[in-house]
Amino acid sequence: MTTAEIEAGRVEAREPTAAKIVRYLSKAPVYIVLVFLGLLWLVPTIGLFFTSLLDSSVVGRAGWWEIFSKPSLGTLENYGEILDNEAITSALMTTLWVSIGSTILPIFLAALAAYAFAWLEFPGRDWLFLIVVALLVVPIQMALIPIFSLYNDLGLFDTIIGLILFHTAFGLPFAIFLLRNFFIGIPRDLLEAARIDGASEMRIFFRLILPLGLPAIASLAIFQFLWVWNDLLVALTFARDTQPITVAIFSQLRQFSANLEIIAPAAFVSLAIPLVVFFAFQRYFVEGLLAGSVK
Amino acid sequence: MFLGPALLLLGVWIVYPTIRTIIRSFFDRSGDEFVGVDNYQTLFSDDTLLTAVRNNFLWLLIVPAFVTAIGLVFAVLLERVRFATAFKVAVFMPMAISLFAAGVIWRLMYEKDPSQGTVNAAVAVVKDAVSPSGVLSAAQPSTEALEGGPRGGLVLERELAAGAVAQLGLTGIRSSDVPADAEQAVVPEALAGGITGVVWRDFKPGGGTAGEVEEEELGLPGVTVELRDDAGRSVAETTTEADGTFVFEDVEGGPYRAAIGPSTFSEPFAGVSWLGASLITPAIMLSYVWVWAGFAMVVIAAGLAAIPRDLLEAARTDGATELQVFRRVTIPLLAPVLTVVFITMLIYVLKVFDIVIAVAPGSVQDDANVIALAMWRTSFGGVNDFGLGAAIAVFLFLLVIPILAINVRRFRREV
Repeated sequence: MTTAEIEAGRVEAREPTAAKIVRYLSKAPVYIVLVFLGLLWLVPTIGLFFTSLLDSSVVGRAGWWEIFSKPSLGTLENYGEILDNEAITSALMTTLWVSIGSTILPIFLAALAAYAFAWLEFPGRDWLFLIVVALLVVPIQMALIPIFSLYNDLGLFDTIIGLILFHTAFGLPFAIFLLRNFFIGIPRDLLEAARIDGASEMRIFFRLILPLGLPAIASLAIFQFLWVWNDLLVALTFARDTQPITVAIFSQLRQFSANLEIIAPAAFVSLAIPLVVFFAFQRYFVEGLLAGSVK
Repeated sequence: MFLGPALLLLGVWIVYPTIRTIIRSFFDRSGDEFVGVDNYQTLFSDDTLLTAVRNNFLWLLIVPAFVTAIGLVFAVLLERVRFATAFKVAVFMPMAISLFAAGVIWRLMYEKDPSQGTVNAAVAVVKDAVSPSGVLSAAQPSTEALEGGPRGGLVLERELAAGAVAQLGLTGIRSSDVPADAEQAVVPEALAGGITGVVWRDFKPGGGTAGEVEEEELGLPGVTVELRDDAGRSVAETTTEADGTFVFEDVEGGPYRAAIGPSTFSEPFAGVSWLGASLITPAIMLSYVWVWAGFAMVVIAAGLAAIPRDLLEAARTDGATELQVFRRVTIPLLAPVLTVVFITMLIYVLKVFDIVIAVAPGSVQDDANVIALAMWRTSFGGVNDFGLGAAIAVFLFLLVIPILAINVRRFRREV
């Protein structure tokens, strides 16, 4: 709280009740506008949720709001159906594995590299770091065609490993950049002391750098996880049968109304997980977005 | 040892492909023949690709500015209230959802049928409040006494003067279309100095005589009846009762003609086709703004909170109005934050892909096309022309570089 706010609080405390009421009333229009806008922003997601609950006999024909006048239209059956649907459940598992792998691997590799860039002396270090950071400008589209051919030759097409490696490579430049800047803030004395005690660089990395870097690593992990979970472009290009959930839903879009009983619940499940992650770790999120624009 | 794995991945998955893609863009679709800049020429001559480029520039022109403006408005509104967290969460929530899922959500919102698409349902409610739709959607005259069509109104050929009784029979009305409060049709008494009449459903199950009001034939309530003069101008207007009767009192002169007004026949609202070729791009842009407004709001609100209160107070003490304070003090102090939001949006908008492919049905993807989508569709989505696809990717790359250069320069200045 700033001093100004504290002072404002004191002034309010001395204000007579009548004046307080008047002040609140004068703000009523702002509140009404905000409530209206807030609802406006919620309606689309709520709409998807209630659509996912619509009985399969009416979904694709009735509006989701009819569930309020006819609660009998609501059912959890659609969710039961997609949980029995092998294609959807295996797609969810694929997404989960790809997201976990594409979070741990790049962060671990980036931490190693960032440590080297921050604390190891070797010729051309700063130039190399600059080149790595410069790779941030390369859009994913630049890699799709050659990697597609490469994956076909290597047998990595349509595999979880192939997806993970692609996401890892494109997650690295930013992760290295962020972690190097974080690691460089670690006091030199700590490292010197460890080195004098005879600790190997590996030991220093695992015992000192990683624990100290945890805050930065955590926020990076959350952002990378959501990024990969939500990805469509990479998955659409390199997956066919081993498809993540976004691709599984995408393949249903061709007949939107007819497939709505699958699309709506599947889409809701696929967005529920990021929502949970988001609400659990809200504060790390905005920073990640600002930084993610360079991806 | 520390750098090895990372450099290997970067080399194989980013550096090598980038060079390959640039080379590939000068070769034909099979990759065997060098074609120079042919692919780039195609990029600027092919209709579909030109649409993509043009649309993407529209996106760049409109969306970042719009998102920044909305974020600013929301942030300023939030400053004035106390319990703002709920609102913040509501507006920011779409950010956590993937752009693809957001696309699915809006595909659902934009469905054309008002009984299904939320946006059109809302439009229908507003439209009904402003101009109620007519009682009948379709009807035909039951005899040749009536002429004209629903658009100009159905006119009774017979000329009328005071004391006349007009019978306007209609057929071709579905039972479900007959207003619920309709009663047995009645031919009204003649009225001295006035014109009376009846509008009814001239249809008796199992037969009956056309042009005659019979048992079991229902009057049509709520129908607009006009009295028109010689020149066809409407001089008086009334609506029918439950038994279909209507009355014009104090009629002078004449002759007149009775007509069923066109407002009776207005078609029910069929829904705006948001997902049609002409509206698809603005529709997707709106859904994109829905996603990103929260980001802009949160960043700008943080910027607002960082403005020293004393500065604003000083300006107010000097007699500046709230608007002046906002324009002369707040906005300039906020400029760096607004720039960050704007440039971030430029970069994201340049590469917009997921939401377009999700909202736009296959049939209008040519109209909704953007560069990233064109690149994917050309390379993998059926066309499978890697040469052209590579050229589009390089074009996108070239567009991203200047924006990022600005970003890096600004970043360096700040640090």
